[in-house]
Amino acid sequence: MTGGFGSRPRKEDQRFIRGRGTYVDDVKLPGMLHGAVLRSPHPHARILSVDTVAAEAHPKVRAVLTGESLAKRDLAWMPTLSGDKQAVLATDKVRFQGQEVAFVVADDHYAARDALELIDVEYEPLPPVIDARQALDPGAPLVRDDHPGRADNHIFDWEAGDAERTDAVFRAAEVTVSQDMLYPRVHPAPLETCGIVADFEQISGKLTVWATSQAPHAHRTLYSMVTGLPEHKIRVVSPDIGGGFGSKVPIYPGYLCAIVGTMITGRPVKWMEDRSENLMSTAFARDFHMRGELAADRDGKIRAVRVQVLADHGAFNGAAQPSKYPAGFFGVFTGSYDLEAAHCQVTGVYTNKAPGGVAYSCSFRITEAVYLVERMVDVLAFELDMDPAELRMRNLLRPEQFPYTCQTGWVYDSGDYPRTLRMAMDLAGYEKLRAEQRAERGNGHLIGIGLSFFTEAVGAGPRKDMDILGIGMADGVELRVHPTGTAVLRISVQTQGQGHETTFAQIVAEELGLSPDDVEVVHGDTDQTPFGMGTYGSRSTPVSGAATAIVARKVRERARVVAAAMLEVDPDDLEWERGRWFVRGDPDSGRTIAEIAWAAHSNLELPDGVEGHLDATCVYNPPNLTYPFGAYICVVDVDPGTGKVDVRRFVAVDDCGVRINPMIVEGQVHGGLADGIGMALMENIAFDAEGNCLGGSFMDYLLPTALECPSWELGATVTPSPHHPIGAKGVGESATVGSPPAVVNAVIDALRPYGVRHADMPLTPAQVWRAIQGRPFRTDLAIS
Amino acid sequence: MRVAVTVNGTDYARDVEPRLLLIHFLRDELGLTGSHWGCDTSNCGSCVVWLDARPVKACTVLAAMADGRIVRTVEGLERDGQLDPVQQGFVECHGLQCGFCTPGMMMTARWLLDRNPDPDEAEIREAISGQICRCTGYENIVRSVRWAAEHPEGPT
Repeated sequence: MTGGFGSRPRKEDQRFIRGRGTYVDDVKLPGMLHGAVLRSPHPHARILSVDTVAAEAHPKVRAVLTGESLAKRDLAWMPTLSGDKQAVLATDKVRFQGQEVAFVVADDHYAARDALELIDVEYEPLPPVIDARQALDPGAPLVRDDHPGRADNHIFDWEAGDAERTDAVFRAAEVTVSQDMLYPRVHPAPLETCGIVADFEQISGKLTVWATSQAPHAHRTLYSMVTGLPEHKIRVVSPDIGGGFGSKVPIYPGYLCAIVGTMITGRPVKWMEDRSENLMSTAFARDFHMRGELAADRDGKIRAVRVQVLADHGAFNGAAQPSKYPAGFFGVFTGSYDLEAAHCQVTGVYTNKAPGGVAYSCSFRITEAVYLVERMVDVLAFELDMDPAELRMRNLLRPEQFPYTCQTGWVYDSGDYPRTLRMAMDLAGYEKLRAEQRAERGNGHLIGIGLSFFTEAVGAGPRKDMDILGIGMADGVELRVHPTGTAVLRISVQTQGQGHETTFAQIVAEELGLSPDDVEVVHGDTDQTPFGMGTYGSRSTPVSGAATAIVARKVRERARVVAAAMLEVDPDDLEWERGRWFVRGDPDSGRTIAEIAWAAHSNLELPDGVEGHLDATCVYNPPNLTYPFGAYICVVDVDPGTGKVDVRRFVAVDDCGVRINPMIVEGQVHGGLADGIGMALMENIAFDAEGNCLGGSFMDYLLPTALECPSWELGATVTPSPHHPIGAKGVGESATVGSPPAVVNAVIDALRPYGVRHADMPLTPAQVWRAIQGRPFRTDLAIS
Repeated sequence: MRVAVTVNGTDYARDVEPRLLLIHFLRDELGLTGSHWGCDTSNCGSCVVWLDARPVKACTVLAAMADGRIVRTVEGLERDGQLDPVQQGFVECHGLQCGFCTPGMMMTARWLLDRNPDPDEAEIREAISGQICRCTGYENIVRSVRWAAEHPEGPT
């Protein structure tokens, strides 16, 4: 079979269904030791002493690391992706509950955990900063006294848009609405936790790490910068990854401890965090306290949006996003609407909570932005007593406005928003649902219908604007066609379930007329693949997918020259049809890529200056981001007696441009929709007044199961990206970004008879019941 | 202590610590890494295997409790080079993405189909409701199990 695009089963499935995947925890090396981390029980405390004598005396213990021992190697602290520093093992203070204090290396995992019990740490507890809204109060405890001269918990201020113009529109507006809302602290919680196997070969000086990494090349560079090992002596292998969702972008203290462990002991060291460690210490996301305001005309024309955000970054600023964007891409809070003015101001603060926040399938804070604007549109609809679909339709960007520069400067590449919203409404039977809702309200039955319309900005990104720690976000790729006509593609991005081995082969197949089965995709090994920034922010298809199409076209052009030599004609006389170059007007004269590949490696005489073989490389620097969008409609039933929410239906129409493998696209949408239900209704990492983390296991941090999820109803529109070589836009995070406001809007819509205008996520039965009573609570702090 | 277990038709005996969990016994002692460890609290089901023909969460079963008993794992689903229809269903219907929950899901699905060869959507959802998938939103897992129900002889 030839030809590329279309639904087809995934190549990678064959090993997974047989239990033959290789995840990090499956890596077992001869002589391998096991590490375990001792963590702080206190959210904020001074370390008075760490006594490791008894642990070191344990017969199976090979090494014990502390902050003090790491400091001797200048490794007690490491840089974060946001240019802050983070303690690897605490030296002076612990700053969040669960912070890394010591690391034991032992013969087996159980012994390592036993030895943790033998370490005696003396703490002097300090008052913690738990409520982000009090972090900047005069007299608030100082989280980061390690920063010389720092007198408060302020990290950054960032703004976008035009404050003056926005204020002027608000002053003149017929209607304004304002609403405070929290996007709670949540966790990506991939089923595979984070971990590493580190193996330092002392003779060659080469360090090999198998790690749960969404960005193996970036990790290699970081390891080199942190440890001082030369980069060519570091190999990062990211094998099969059990879900990432952004949590496997940063480097965590346990990774560095394992690396130091292997360098000290001369033996491989494995460290896998357990679930509580995962939830309490690595990779939280969100935690945005927002105030949104809209200015509008009385007829529902939205004129301006104004936003203030307090961002809780925890004890270390470990947020992952391009350097110039401390609030990620929150700047697209203008949403999908044609506005006159917009302004937002974001302030980041330190608290005594786990560091972050990572981009949990959020395209760098677009989740927060979309939630803000889509919740605000519903608040406005509530105040104007308008139908929220009609209000959106009135304000959506029109197709002829693209490319559209929004009020904060982002250039939306393409779209037909009204068509997509209309399709979602038709699929849902929107008008009929509204009629049912009205009829059932009379019977005391609460039905809610919630909409969201989102626009994402993904595929970071243009290197002049976007870098992480100074490294521009362009991706390399290499393609080689073997003499017998099969091919190998080497990519820098790393699948965590997205199916790259299949879709990237399909791109090459589409461009060269090969079968996807004849294209091997190599990834996840820095010694085998060209440099690139990794998979997150829905960037694989927009960036590396573009690179793949371009490198295949380079190979095709090289093949043209070879084919011309084979046919003894001028290259300009050749035409391409899928898989063949042929002489114009003589279709029978064609040569397939396989025939050309053989000739390119043979003794065929090639024109001067034309090298043999059939391969090419490419580094793709995207000219712009891509802007996938979609319209979602959620239907819920709410039990007024218990506050329990049942999601009855969920309709999702996504436009991610051209779809390489629609089956995979739809699968990714399904997963994101479930994520959205989880965040809207269940997931939360709250803290009590003492700073205890209340979401430290799957008993407390609730994730949706098959029973909370409905059967998803999907639709698609296709508006190709004008600047992407195959018109694709990326889809991995669309549903996670777009679905939470649809669910929340549905629940609040159901509560309309009670006059409820807003309640913060997660909308647990308790929260819904409280909202019905007119007193929804803050979800970031323990219920008082 | 000595633990003797039959796993996927093969007899194994190992000296282990009494506290060793079955999931670690399978993965670390026997090298059967298809079953995964995901949460410690019996919530995620990445570790589901069969113990005497019933699905259990191997992260909360001691290896010692499996002594003298029969265990079946994902590695034992394929028979004589022939995929179980459940395995084929997961491929056909895109029932997996990262693959981490997949072995546990498939073991539960096979158990369900052995007792109820024609389950409806609600029955399938109920059967897998003690397990978590973070990638698929469950839709295609349900379809995969239905595919297996409709193709009891596997692909034709």
